[in-house]
Amino acid sequence: MSILVNKNTRVVVQGITGKEGSFHATQCKAYGTKMVAGVTPGKAGQEVEGIPVFNTVADAVKKTDCDTSLIFVPPPFCADAILEAADAGVKLIICITEGIPVNDMVKVKRALHGRDVRLIGPNCPGVITVDEAKIGIMPGFIHKRGVVGVVSRSGTLTYEAVHQLSTLGLGETTCVGIGGDPVNGTGFVDVLPLFEQDSETQAVVMIGEIGGDAEEKAAEYIKKHVKKPVISFIAGITAPPGRRMGHAGAIISGGKGTATEKMKALEAAGVRVVKNPAEIGHAVKAALGR
Amino acid sequence: MNVHEFQAKQLFAQFGVPVPRGKEITSPEAAAAWASELNTPVFVVKAQIHAGGRGKAGGVKITKEKGAVAGIAKELIGKTLITHQTGPKGRKVHRLLLEEGANIAKELYLSILVDRDTGWPTFIASTEGGMEIEEVAEKTPEKIIKEAIDPAVGFQGHNGRNVAFALGLQAMEPAVINPFVQMLGNLYRLFMEKHAALVEINPLIITKEKTLVALDGKVSFDDNGVFKHDDVQKMRDLNEEDPLEIEATANNLNYVKLDGNIGCMVNGAGLAMATMDVIKLAGSEPANFLDVGGGATKDTVAAGFRILLKDPNVKGIFINIFGGIVRCERIAHGVIEAAKEVKITVPLVVRLQGTNADEGRKLLAESGLKLEVANDLWEAAQKIVKLTGKAA
Repeated sequence: MSILVNKNTRVVVQGITGKEGSFHATQCKAYGTKMVAGVTPGKAGQEVEGIPVFNTVADAVKKTDCDTSLIFVPPPFCADAILEAADAGVKLIICITEGIPVNDMVKVKRALHGRDVRLIGPNCPGVITVDEAKIGIMPGFIHKRGVVGVVSRSGTLTYEAVHQLSTLGLGETTCVGIGGDPVNGTGFVDVLPLFEQDSETQAVVMIGEIGGDAEEKAAEYIKKHVKKPVISFIAGITAPPGRRMGHAGAIISGGKGTATEKMKALEAAGVRVVKNPAEIGHAVKAALGR
Repeated sequence: MNVHEFQAKQLFAQFGVPVPRGKEITSPEAAAAWASELNTPVFVVKAQIHAGGRGKAGGVKITKEKGAVAGIAKELIGKTLITHQTGPKGRKVHRLLLEEGANIAKELYLSILVDRDTGWPTFIASTEGGMEIEEVAEKTPEKIIKEAIDPAVGFQGHNGRNVAFALGLQAMEPAVINPFVQMLGNLYRLFMEKHAALVEINPLIITKEKTLVALDGKVSFDDNGVFKHDDVQKMRDLNEEDPLEIEATANNLNYVKLDGNIGCMVNGAGLAMATMDVIKLAGSEPANFLDVGGGATKDTVAAGFRILLKDPNVKGIFINIFGGIVRCERIAHGVIEAAKEVKITVPLVVRLQGTNADEGRKLLAESGLKLEVANDLWEAAQKIVKLTGKAA
């Protein structure tokens, strides 16, 4: 088992003829993911690495039965692209694009509310279920099928954690990048129950960072509902208040959202909080009694 | 992106939010001329810097003498203000806002921002105007009023009335209730249309003449939305930004200057923060946050080196790259080429992991450059801290 995506997931890539879109569509296909369609308005009839291109997501759904969208559309047009996927009946939308205006995401989030569709991201590395489907920009080879679920607000820091888990022989089930923006589609509290219910996942690594209160909300949820061990690292204990640390969402404002506060909340919920990011793998190993 | 108070007030006026009559001033002569035109019983001269706490630092002067205005302007322009938000170095004043005074009957607080929890734009209001809102929220949370606006339909009259009655405007001054509701609608439009991240009025005053006036104003914009607005881009004041951060932005690098002495260069924002944290754990302090992004090349690495080395506090450099799509041997080539162009005078530790890491490490080891190679994050952090003279 795994969560969100598997070997049967059928993917459409929005923005497939762009530099990023074509490169990553090719990489995902090489990993073994079912890349069944691409969309670039006006380019129907073309192919990218044997993947047929359509003018609209609706056409792609009609012709290929795709159920998941991977988005590389540039920021000014991205809100439109997400809503197009939702209107076409796609059930899972994974948005990689970085730099979407927050107020655009405010409207998108509201428009998706209550509908049978899940948005992951934006500004995220995507989702991978090891040896089944890679739907995103993460390097596939660092992953190894195993027992740990990973959920993270960061990209390369997730790779760091995954590398440690693979090297120690623990391996991963599914890794979910929820993205570094202040308004996103899926939060820690949405992913945690999926891992809790997944029979193959034995422990969860949760990687947070400064800004917002997603980690505090996750702590509340874990305390009440999660029985599996959760291991967490929060980036940014050295970050000064009021400065945006790369991600639009990584900012300590009004004295709220500090790494220390988040660590405290998680520890109080029984989460094993790791202060040194080089120790994530070992902490999971210890928690699993291996 | 932040803008000055006078620019915030220009936007307020444009969106129908009442502000005092005022003008941006950059010389004593201009101050004298505008003072004559203003012709008001009370003149207010306010230093324009991107930091709060100006009043306490002597950056706000009030006078009834028209003839004194030019002298005050002369004193403030060029003065360095040190407030709790500028850091010990302070901020030099280049421009002033000269405006008419107001007869304050009551001070309120009002702002709008996106509540990250709900993803809805949300007004925050309080009767405790003129105070730091964080302090109010901490000490008297019951005095904070919140009203979320449904982005599907936008601001509605009842949103404004909810805030107005919760603030107790009926007891305070019923004449301002309707203008207040209208003002909130205008602020919502400003917030959404201009892609603002925060619009704050503190204080919003009720005057003795029973009108509402935004006596102070702060607007900051979503960096991801600024590209849509030429007028907002023109408001950027480079005097208020760190020169190294400006250079970094021009090179597509994400750089934030900090106070420590180990410069770091990393791919990815989360890993960059984690690298700073690990430097601290190893016993030293990071000199900066620097994310070279997913497409790091020789040129970005060289630009990164130049920026790090311009900071006189930097006593060592730590490069931490987790190769994913970026291949480590390319980064190694980049470091080697960049090191030829930029003279590196401080110890350097390079940690490569991920795609083609072995190949990259080998290239570096054989390059003849004076640097240490590491494959583990913790090992690398300890090495650079040791090389810069502080033990873990």
